[in-house]
Amino acid sequence: MKRLFAIVRAQLRASAALALQYRVEFVVEGALAVLWVGVTLIPILVVFGRTQVLAGWSFPEMLLVLGWFVALKGFLEGAVSPSLMNVIEHVRKGTLDFILLKPADAQLLVSIAKIEPWRVVDLAGALLIFVYAFHALGRVPSALDVAASLAMLVAALLVLYSISILVVSIAFIAVRVDNLLYLFQSVFDVARWPSTIFRGALAVVFTYLLPLALMTTYPALALLGKLTPATAFGSLLGTVAFAAFARLAWRASIGRYTSASS
Amino acid sequence: MAVKAYPALLRTGFAAAVAYRAEFLIWMFSTNMPLIMLALWAAVARNGPVGPYTQRGFVAYYLATLLVRLMSGAWVVWELTMEIRQGTLALRLLRPLHPLVAYSAENLAALPLRGVIALPVVGILLWSARAHLGHDPFLWAIFPVAMLGAWLLTFLVMAIIGTLALFLESATSLFEAWLGISAVLSGYLIPLDLFPHAVQRVALVLPFRFLLSFPVELILGKPARGDALLLLAAQWGYVLLFLAVLSAVWRAGLRRYAAYGG
Repeated sequence: MKRLFAIVRAQLRASAALALQYRVEFVVEGALAVLWVGVTLIPILVVFGRTQVLAGWSFPEMLLVLGWFVALKGFLEGAVSPSLMNVIEHVRKGTLDFILLKPADAQLLVSIAKIEPWRVVDLAGALLIFVYAFHALGRVPSALDVAASLAMLVAALLVLYSISILVVSIAFIAVRVDNLLYLFQSVFDVARWPSTIFRGALAVVFTYLLPLALMTTYPALALLGKLTPATAFGSLLGTVAFAAFARLAWRASIGRYTSASS
Repeated sequence: MAVKAYPALLRTGFAAAVAYRAEFLIWMFSTNMPLIMLALWAAVARNGPVGPYTQRGFVAYYLATLLVRLMSGAWVVWELTMEIRQGTLALRLLRPLHPLVAYSAENLAALPLRGVIALPVVGILLWSARAHLGHDPFLWAIFPVAMLGAWLLTFLVMAIIGTLALFLESATSLFEAWLGISAVLSGYLIPLDLFPHAVQRVALVLPFRFLLSFPVELILGKPARGDALLLLAAQWGYVLLFLAVLSAVWRAGLRRYAAYGG
């Protein structure tokens, strides 16, 4: 276990150092991240210029969902996608062998191979959104709500990561899936709205099949103190099952992997 | 020379698009933002129309947006920046055909396949929101010209920013910034007539509108005949302007170009 942490720390430090060498890019990407937070905000501003309440959500409550969305998008595009894009590249070139030969868990190694530190701008943006939202609500969340919300956040991160691992596992079978990852990123945009605005089949899909509700809506509900314990524990259980499934899928596809070089 | 080669280039471009059809399909599917926005506005409009839009009105607007977006797509900026970085642009420069002409053929040749994918969208549009489509045959007559203008503008902007990679390291970041601003101001996320008046007045004269919103407005039969002609003239004015900018940037860029790796 201690060794695992050492590996993670070394790996993260290496990838951060690599990214920090490109200082102009750091500034440019940071500015871009700010711009995108703005672009994300504008539709909500326009919508709530026209209505007071949307499917039971007021403007500040909706901002909480958006805050989680911005934070998770930062995590997805800053910490998950870049590494996993790398895996696909490795599979295509046959260089994955070098990673599989290393005396550490391959899934761990590929998952933290590359990060983009400037995406912390997204986290800062999310924090600002939260502060503003609670200022508008005129109260502070209770410690219990914050704790529940953080638990939901961990679940959300785990699900997000597991979905990406599943997508990459497909890369071993059908190599051209870098765009499958893009597809998932674009579908993830749905999570910027609370899942309760969807009706019928879409609601089922986004709650159970592709658990976007879990990622942004539930943490926001938890912050508001509106999440029932049953839903919370149900989704935590679901998350663990999902992560286990992703791990199994990864093992199965590694088993199928027959290097491209031979 | 270029005129004679063009049909052949279109044929090979089409064949390439067909060869990578699965990849192509996934790319198309990641254009799903209009549907996400539609779900949101449909929820808002449940309790009555928003501005000039009823629920069906939003369906018509966003399906038309999706259609125009699918049919005006290009990707030259990614290819151009990659070829400049890797030095393979040199190979294209050696050919007795202007690289930008070749790119335009490759991008244009994908349109028939895009059309096939867009057909279901047209079907749903006709089936579900027929009453909200324009009836004026004159507007439908200039629609193809506006569509061509929209495609040309998309392509030219991409080509200009791609060519800037000869000067800048971060041309793709610049393009992302353009994407973000244009998502807001072209009507991709929100119909322009739902913006506050001050924003509308600015958005209506900027080039963004002519990339997307203008053809959509024609489908919905919004502008009067005289206005439509005026807008069409403005659109093609922008096409000529961007063409001039592109040729200036291209010439200046080539003068300082030295292929990496010889």
